[in-house]
Amino acid sequence: MAKKPVGPVRRAFAPWENPQSVPFIEFRNVTKRFGDFVAVNNLSLKIYEREFFALLGGSGCGKTTMMRMLAGFETPTEGEIFLDGQSLAGVPPYRRPANMMFQSYALFPHMSVEANIAFGLKQDGMAKDKMAERVAEMLRLTKLEKFARRKPHQLSGGQRQRVALARSLAKRPKVLLLDEPLGALDRKLREETQFELMNLQEELKMTFLVVTHDQEEAMTMADRIAVMDAGEIIQVATPGEIYEMPNSRFVADFIGDINLIEARVVAKVEGGTLLRAVDGWGGFDIDTIQETSAAVGDTVWYAIRPEKMQIEVGQAGPPAVNTVGAEVWDIAYLGDVSIYHSRLGDAQTLRSTVANRTRLVERPIAWDDHVVLCWARDAGVILTA
Amino acid sequence: MRTGPSWFNVTSIVLGFAFLYLPILILVVFSFNESRLVTVWGGFSTKWYVALLNNDQLLESAFVSLRVAFLSATLATVLGTMAALVLVRIGRFRGRTLFSGMIYAPLVMPEIILGLSFLLLFVAIDQPRGFWTIIISHTTFAMCFVAVVVQSRLVGFDRSLEEAALDLGCPPARTFFVITLPLILPGVIAGWMLAFTLSLDDLVISSFTTGPGATTLPMKIYSQVRLGVTPEINAACTILVGIVTVAVVIASLATRRQEMRRERDERRAAAATG
Repeated sequence: MAKKPVGPVRRAFAPWENPQSVPFIEFRNVTKRFGDFVAVNNLSLKIYEREFFALLGGSGCGKTTMMRMLAGFETPTEGEIFLDGQSLAGVPPYRRPANMMFQSYALFPHMSVEANIAFGLKQDGMAKDKMAERVAEMLRLTKLEKFARRKPHQLSGGQRQRVALARSLAKRPKVLLLDEPLGALDRKLREETQFELMNLQEELKMTFLVVTHDQEEAMTMADRIAVMDAGEIIQVATPGEIYEMPNSRFVADFIGDINLIEARVVAKVEGGTLLRAVDGWGGFDIDTIQETSAAVGDTVWYAIRPEKMQIEVGQAGPPAVNTVGAEVWDIAYLGDVSIYHSRLGDAQTLRSTVANRTRLVERPIAWDDHVVLCWARDAGVILTA
Repeated sequence: MRTGPSWFNVTSIVLGFAFLYLPILILVVFSFNESRLVTVWGGFSTKWYVALLNNDQLLESAFVSLRVAFLSATLATVLGTMAALVLVRIGRFRGRTLFSGMIYAPLVMPEIILGLSFLLLFVAIDQPRGFWTIIISHTTFAMCFVAVVVQSRLVGFDRSLEEAALDLGCPPARTFFVITLPLILPGVIAGWMLAFTLSLDDLVISSFTTGPGATTLPMKIYSQVRLGVTPEINAACTILVGIVTVAVVIASLATRRQEMRRERDERRAAAATG
């Protein structure tokens, strides 16, 4: 069987796949230590022009330090950062062609919205009429015309966020840095703003680097995501690849829901691998289309997303590949989908989600039902790390 | 059921305020005394205020005091603000505890010791004493009060505001003047006013560091009182009390109004968001 590509194939914008592309921002072996604490550990990263790039990770993973080094508020202990081919070593923050939108927004409380937006332009000594024009444009872009003369404390959280955005965009920086840009907004507003940001980025043709702990935010907006943990980048890939082809248990677990089944390599064949779940998991067979570097007999993890598992009521028949019998333990009805936690023989559970396509009040699957879970050969990935 | 304040509380308040304000009240009342005898009431009159205006010596010393207070408060504010910035901003450095302790030492140091050490210093460097030596000594002791006041304002200051200014292309020095200073200005002004009043009423340190031709108002009053209290002195003191009271009331009203406006705006913004 021919190898079938997994994940999105057609991409309009993918400079990272072309070895000829010149990176716009490059971290070269950057390390940052605060005393004994290593915030960023020998990290290299390339970001391309007009890319919407997300640094994703939990608190203390070093993502904010990366951004602050790029903005110039921290100096790398080792290594170098390049922007548009220029080394940033020794360049103070006020001479860097990058602007930042702060997590706290950092609006100047003693200045009006207009003055806040004009602040950066004034530092460049822009002519008065040109400046007024640019400020008006930014106000229009962020729908803040009505609030031009207000002070920041007279604005709501969403409006403040837009002022912060307008101020950081006003100078048309080569790179816009966004530190948890939507953290303080409520859910509805956050979704709206996500799309607004994406449209803005496309319209202004800028490079955006966003730091976030919110995987949904990163998945929605970014062209590529770097998942970080403890000062290291674990995986850099498109949202689709991160989700469908995580390279480690950490990434698989960090992004979305996933079942991690401990299994042993039984056989390696052309274009696939045969696994067998370990005894704790009930010992069923798993067939995959993925070749692995692990040797026969090695323990690996088979990672499969809940929505890629089918669940049906019934007793398990004779053992079959990618099929396992279980008992429904927990059901969560979320409206659009239902989540089923099914128990295998011992204390292990598998999660599966089913889209609620029909308006049935009564669901066909109930607690303690015997169910059969099955999945396709290409549904999961083998993880060795 | 609502009960009034207990007799104990009422007594405490009355006694407390009496201790604080009775002497001043008596001084104010007797400054309007017709009689020359300080302790005997002879009817209402403003003649001592008129006499005060004609007392060139007293006015002269008042003018010296105001100049000293203005200059030393300004110098102390600059130095004190700088010290506060260093203490708050530059995290840990070798000798930080020592430095901050030394800044605050004059707060608790007996004035007489401060005065004496200034005298010894000026004698040692052979500096003739007068107007400028008073200013130097007042600057020194007022500076630590300014540092304390400004520091409290700086502790709540959001550093990302300065970072935002830098990020938008504003060099550090300009950032201080257009972002930091305007935002800590209430603290700086409060520090200046504190330094001003401290300098205005200082007697002990001035006495040690003064020289010919530089007599401050408290020194003048003190020397005149030794010859007997006149209602003229009462009048001078009443004016002094009046100036200080008005300044303090204006300052506190201004901050209160600002706070109230801010709160109202915030409520309105919150309501508008829904």
